Amino acid sequence: MIRFLAAALLISAPAFAQVDFSGGWSPLYHEDLPDRIPGPELGDYLGLPLNDAARLRADSYDADRISVVPEYECRPHSSDYSMRGLANMHVDAIRDPVTQRVIAFHTRMNFQEMERTIWLDGRPHPSDYAPHTWAGFSTGTWEDNMLDVYTTHLKESYLKRNGVPRSDKATFTEHWVRHGNYLTVATIVTDPVFMTEPLVRTQTWIFDPSQVIGRDICETAAEVPKAADYVPNHLPGTNPFLHEVADWYGLPYEATRGGAETLYPEYRKKMEKPEHPRQQCERYCSCGAEGYVCLDPTAPPPKKQ
Amino acid sequence: MTHEMRLTILLASSLTLWLGRASSQPQNFDSVQIHVEPVQHNIYMLVGAGGNTTVQVGSEGVLLVDTQFAPLAPKLMAEIRKLSPGPLRYIINTHMHPDHVGGNAAIAKLAGADPALPLKIIAHENVLNRLTETVPGQPRFPEEGLPIDEYATPTKNLHFNGEAIIIYHEPNAHTDGDSVVLFRGSDVISAGDIFTPGGYPFIDIDHGGSVQGEILALNHILQMTVPAKTQEGGTYVIPGHGRICDDADVVEFRDMVVIVRDRVRDMIQKGMTLDQVKAARPTRDYDTEYVTSASFVTADRFVEAVYKSLSHATEHGGSSR
Repeated sequence: MIRFLAAALLISAPAFAQVDFSGGWSPLYHEDLPDRIPGPELGDYLGLPLNDAARLRADSYDADRISVVPEYECRPHSSDYSMRGLANMHVDAIRDPVTQRVIAFHTRMNFQEMERTIWLDGRPHPSDYAPHTWAGFSTGTWEDNMLDVYTTHLKESYLKRNGVPRSDKATFTEHWVRHGNYLTVATIVTDPVFMTEPLVRTQTWIFDPSQVIGRDICETAAEVPKAADYVPNHLPGTNPFLHEVADWYGLPYEATRGGAETLYPEYRKKMEKPEHPRQQCERYCSCGAEGYVCLDPTAPPPKKQ
Repeated sequence: MTHEMRLTILLASSLTLWLGRASSQPQNFDSVQIHVEPVQHNIYMLVGAGGNTTVQVGSEGVLLVDTQFAPLAPKLMAEIRKLSPGPLRYIINTHMHPDHVGGNAAIAKLAGADPALPLKIIAHENVLNRLTETVPGQPRFPEEGLPIDEYATPTKNLHFNGEAIIIYHEPNAHTDGDSVVLFRGSDVISAGDIFTPGGYPFIDIDHGGSVQGEILALNHILQMTVPAKTQEGGTYVIPGHGRICDDADVVEFRDMVVIVRDRVRDMIQKGMTLDQVKAARPTRDYDTEYVTSASFVTADRFVEAVYKSLSHATEHGGSSR
């Protein structure tokens, strides 16, 4: 009998999925909160391993583009960025109807109704000539209880919402780890076009079984008259906003320009002092503290009880 | 082989085989394999060594957009026959470069002639004019491959295999004879070399191309593309070279051309010469994306085309669609 039960358990055990990520998940913003909630400041490239091309591309970015050019209005985050964006996530396990094995995880986020499938059934990635998507094409393999995900076929998008580009030649690897009701996803983006070394970021989620994700329907509309051949951009050397982040936060301007060196703690020792150091927090000081939201950058810090 | 390498080979071949027809070293096509990529409904993209070939198949037969190089015709036809045994009824050429028209005659011959179901080769009249130009010391373009069903109007319409097919002339873009083909039922656009993701556009100034026309043509493509949910999919776009794209990919490419145009125009207005503009490297943030060490359309070549387009427009009052 015991032998029979053991055999039955072996047969019924999922051969592919080692951990079940199914259900609702809410993002926790304790990491990089100002960068994620109100969004990154223009000209803030600190901690990004950018090359010169990416830096100039970002310098040229004019945020008017997302309101003036209708094609940008309803774009979702790409899947490498959406894991750290402002959205709840629902994960479904997709089972093979015959074997009942989990052959994929399907994720849905409420921002722009972004959907994504992570295939676990060993299927190959599409050809070099297949279309690219915001989600890309993701396949997963298990490393003990950690899900390793590899994604290709991404559309050109951004590393940050301040115009820092990420090319369609980029790929990324993720490591999904569940600890009880917490999910941590480490994202490692490699971009031969715009980065000199991979960018590693982590995001944490909390299980939220009562979560209901509604619709987020977006339709483009031309709301600002413009010439057909007009794309908002700053000519090289003319962007007036690039020093703001250094001035506001009391940082050396060179540090805000990013580069691989600025990724590492050793850079603090080398970093020059700002021209106008800040004595106290002046911007987004209440961000994330005691439930404060971050929509007003000049809101004072919350008073201590 | 990467998109960029293919683009390089085909553009180099285009120039050597076409601009200097007889003097070129023949490219070895023996190792080239034809890749068939399904696009949408009954439309396929065939990738070889020349420009992409679009194939539409159905109950009435086969329609091709562009035919790559002549030596690839047997391989192309072999793949086409796997998709449909029907008669080849139409070839549409998006422009006059040999990596897009080179296989016309050979494919027509392989397809066989049926007087009841004749093959028509369609292109804008400027393509026919270019292909029939006499170039001293150069071989003539094979007569049986000429697009003698040329059109001289802004559009030409067909109805084939159950869908409307609209051919749009895009004046003075990549060349002066560019056509964009809309498969209205399948919701697919074949864009020719107006759109070459992964590589700067080859604005062939000597054959009537201009950056202004290029931008107008890209905007016209964007008028026709309707993305599906989350601004992707919906209308698919087959580029002259490279992977299958959609509206968002064309937007990125259009934005690149517009922004480079803006920079070069600003430098011209400041009185900078072409050499000074090249030295300022106005494309330096796009080069890592659009240029490889093997690229034919280098940053300098692209900048020069933009500069000359704008300088010519200033002298002659610009161009219009």
